[in-house]
Amino acid sequence: MLGALTLLLLYQLAGEVIVQFFALPIPGPVIGMALLFATLVVRGGVSNELRDTASNLLQHLSLLFVPAGAGVMVHFSRLGEEWPAIVGALVISTFVTLGVTGLLLCAFLKRGESQP
Amino acid sequence: MTPRLAEIWVYLAASPLLGLTLTLLAYQGAYWLYRHSGMNPAANPVAIAVAIIVALLMLTDTSYATYFEGAQFVHFLLGPATVALAIPLYAQLPRLKRMFGPALVALAIGSLTAIVSAIAVGWALGASRPTLMSLAPKSVTTPIAMGIAEKIGGLPSLTAVLVVATGILGAIVAQWLFRLLRVKDEAVQGFAIGLAAHGIGTARAFQISETTGAFAALAMGLNGLATALLLPILIRAWGG
Repeated sequence: MLGALTLLLLYQLAGEVIVQFFALPIPGPVIGMALLFATLVVRGGVSNELRDTASNLLQHLSLLFVPAGAGVMVHFSRLGEEWPAIVGALVISTFVTLGVTGLLLCAFLKRGESQP
Repeated sequence: MTPRLAEIWVYLAASPLLGLTLTLLAYQGAYWLYRHSGMNPAANPVAIAVAIIVALLMLTDTSYATYFEGAQFVHFLLGPATVALAIPLYAQLPRLKRMFGPALVALAIGSLTAIVSAIAVGWALGASRPTLMSLAPKSVTTPIAMGIAEKIGGLPSLTAVLVVATGILGAIVAQWLFRLLRVKDEAVQGFAIGLAAHGIGTARAFQISETTGAFAALAMGLNGLATALLLPILIRAWGG
């Protein structure tokens, strides 16, 4: 648990250093995820400890969004003024993005199966 | 309140303990409701937990900044959790190799759809520029979206709220929409949820199946990368 958590933090740290060093527009944890993924592919496996720690951490992934979500109280006045545009944009964009991505990938995969 | 209790309250209100405990309690309460609703997507635990916390903070006249001093410890874990997504992703490696090309094209078009549709609808309905720039990265996970919003002239804290709202919305409507559109493949469903509704969608996807969750994690990571790369370029091209 402790070793695996340290490992995750080290990869995040490596990601942050790379982002700062090359002035990349990508956040450090995403680079850290890519680095860890590459490491797993090269090593050809995940240790049980790392797998258990990751699954513990990811089991309540949505908890981690609660503090940011509570920030809504700071923006009540802006939301009060602009809510039709914000609600409209969120609802329409979320539906369209889900639909377009789902249908597109479905169509691609079907075409791939019909011409092997 | 007796003077003694008031003293204790002043002491506790200034320490991070209260914010942290409140976050965990509110979430567990919300999760209990969610489980007892038979995991109904409409009873989204993030939405309920946020409602409980905001109500309590306003009732006790506590500022968000004070609350966040404690809640930041939970918020911080988003970083290592993002790194940890590499593990379920790795578990899907064989399947990932088979659909690599189609997934990449779906990623590019899906990511553009998320950005352009949010800006276009917001603009048509008269949103201000800082609001539009905060809406643009709404489909990617909080730390990424906040970083992007800062770079393009949005408000990072507003972005965080819009990101969470998008995630909740995506988690609630996804399965209903897929039934309507007859998208049955679990990997495809996961990919679309992760791309459109990041971590909150991914958390929901893991409850549908391991495969759905892994592909949601994949799409969430990829869309984080794609949006971080595409959005600043798009805004510059727009003459922003």
